[in-house]
Amino acid sequence: MFKKIILKIIAVYLFSISFTYAAESGGMPQLDPEFWFSQIFWLVITFGVLYLILSKIVLPKISDNLETRKSQVLENLEIAEKQRNQSEAKLKEFDNIILKSKIEAKNLFNESRKKLLDDINSKKQKLEEEIDKEVKIVESEINELKNKSPEKINKIAIETSADIINQLIGVNANNSSITAIVSDISSKNKTL
Amino acid sequence: MAANPMTQFNVYRIGPEIKVGTLDISFTNASLFMVISTITILLIFNFGAKKNSIIPSKLQLLGELSYSFISKMISDTAGTKAKPYFSFIFSLFMFVLFCNMLGMIPYTFTVTSHIIVTFVLAAFIFIGVTIIGFIKHGLGYLKLFVPSGVPMVLLPLIVVIEIISYLSRPISLSVRLFANMMAGHTMMKVFGGFVVSLGIVGGWLPLGFSVALTGLEILVAFLQAYVFAILTCIYLNDALNLHH
Repeated sequence: MFKKIILKIIAVYLFSISFTYAAESGGMPQLDPEFWFSQIFWLVITFGVLYLILSKIVLPKISDNLETRKSQVLENLEIAEKQRNQSEAKLKEFDNIILKSKIEAKNLFNESRKKLLDDINSKKQKLEEEIDKEVKIVESEINELKNKSPEKINKIAIETSADIINQLIGVNANNSSITAIVSDISSKNKTL
Repeated sequence: MAANPMTQFNVYRIGPEIKVGTLDISFTNASLFMVISTITILLIFNFGAKKNSIIPSKLQLLGELSYSFISKMISDTAGTKAKPYFSFIFSLFMFVLFCNMLGMIPYTFTVTSHIIVTFVLAAFIFIGVTIIGFIKHGLGYLKLFVPSGVPMVLLPLIVVIEIISYLSRPISLSVRLFANMMAGHTMMKVFGGFVVSLGIVGGWLPLGFSVALTGLEILVAFLQAYVFAILTCIYLNDALNLHH
C-alpha cells in the first residue's frame, strides 16, 4: 500500500514534469489536431476489419471448437460411465461364477474324498478279512504240522537208528524195540 | 541528453499525403501500429481456430482461453442478454490489449496513448449503449437517471448528478486509458533519460527502476484493456437490464 502511494506520488510528479517539458517544446502531440482525422479514419478501418473478421470467421470457429470439444468430452464421459457400469456388472457376474465354482469344487472334493475313503475302508476291511482267513488257514496248517511232526520225527529217528545199527553192527534191529526207545526219548524231550 | 519524453507520441506521415476534400487521411505511424495490431490479432486467433483438435495446441489454447475469459467476463457483468455483443467486446478488448502491449516494445508507437483514439472508441461505445438502451426500453431508459428509494427532496439533485455522471462516461473511459498509457510511457522515457544522464556511476538506480516500471507497465497495459472492456460491459448491462 505504502509503495503504491509513493509510486503514485512519483508518477504525479513526473507527469507534471513531462507536461512542463511538453509545454516548453510545443505541447503534447496528442492535442495537436493535425492527424486527428487520419487517426479516426484508420481506427475505424482497422477496428472495423478486425470486428468483421473476428465476428464472422474466427469467433464462430472457436465457439464451434469449444462446443465440439464439450460435446465430445460429455459423450466420452457418458460412454465411459456406461462401460464402467458394464464392467462392474461383468465383474459381479464373474465373482458369482467364481464363488459358485468354488463351492462346486469343494463339494466335488468332499464327495470324492468320501468316496475314496469309503472305498479304501471297504478294501482295507476286505483285505484284512482275507488276511485273517489266510492267517487262520496257515495257522491251522502249522498246527497240523506241529501235531504231526513228532510222529514223523519218531519215524525218521527209528528208520535212521535202524540204518545206523545195521551199518554199525550188521544186525537187523528189532523195529518195535527201537520204536519203544525213540518214543521214550521223545517223551522225555517233550517233558524237558 | 534528456530527450523530450513526449516526442515518442509524435505522429508523422508514412508515405504520401492522402487528402479527401480538406481532410487528411494520410497513413501515419499510428495507422501502421493499428494495422500491425489488427493483423497480429487476426493471425493469432485465426491460426488458433484453424485446427480443431481435442487436445489443443498452444495457439488454439490461447484462443480458446481468451474466448472463455471474455465470455465469462460478459456473462458475469452483463448477463446472458449481452451475448450478441460478444464479438464487439472481444474485438475491443483484443484491440486495446494488443495496441497497449505492442507499445511496450521499444521504438514502437502506442496507439492508445492518443486521446483521440480512445475518445472515438469510448464515444462509439457511449452512443451505441445509449441507442441500445432506448431501443430496449424506449423512454423508460430515462429511469436510469432516477434511482429508486431516493427521497423526493433530493431527487432533483440526484437526477442532475446522474445525468452528469452518465454524460461523463465517454470522457472518463477515454481519459483513463489514454492517461495511463501516456503517463506510463512518459515515466519510462524519463527514467531511461536519467540512466543515460547519470552515466555508469549513478545510472544503476534509475535503470533498476526502469526494469520495475516495465513490469508495472505490462501489468497496466493488460489491466487497462481489461478495465476498458469491463466498463463497456457494465454500461451495456445498464442498457440491457434497467435496474434503477
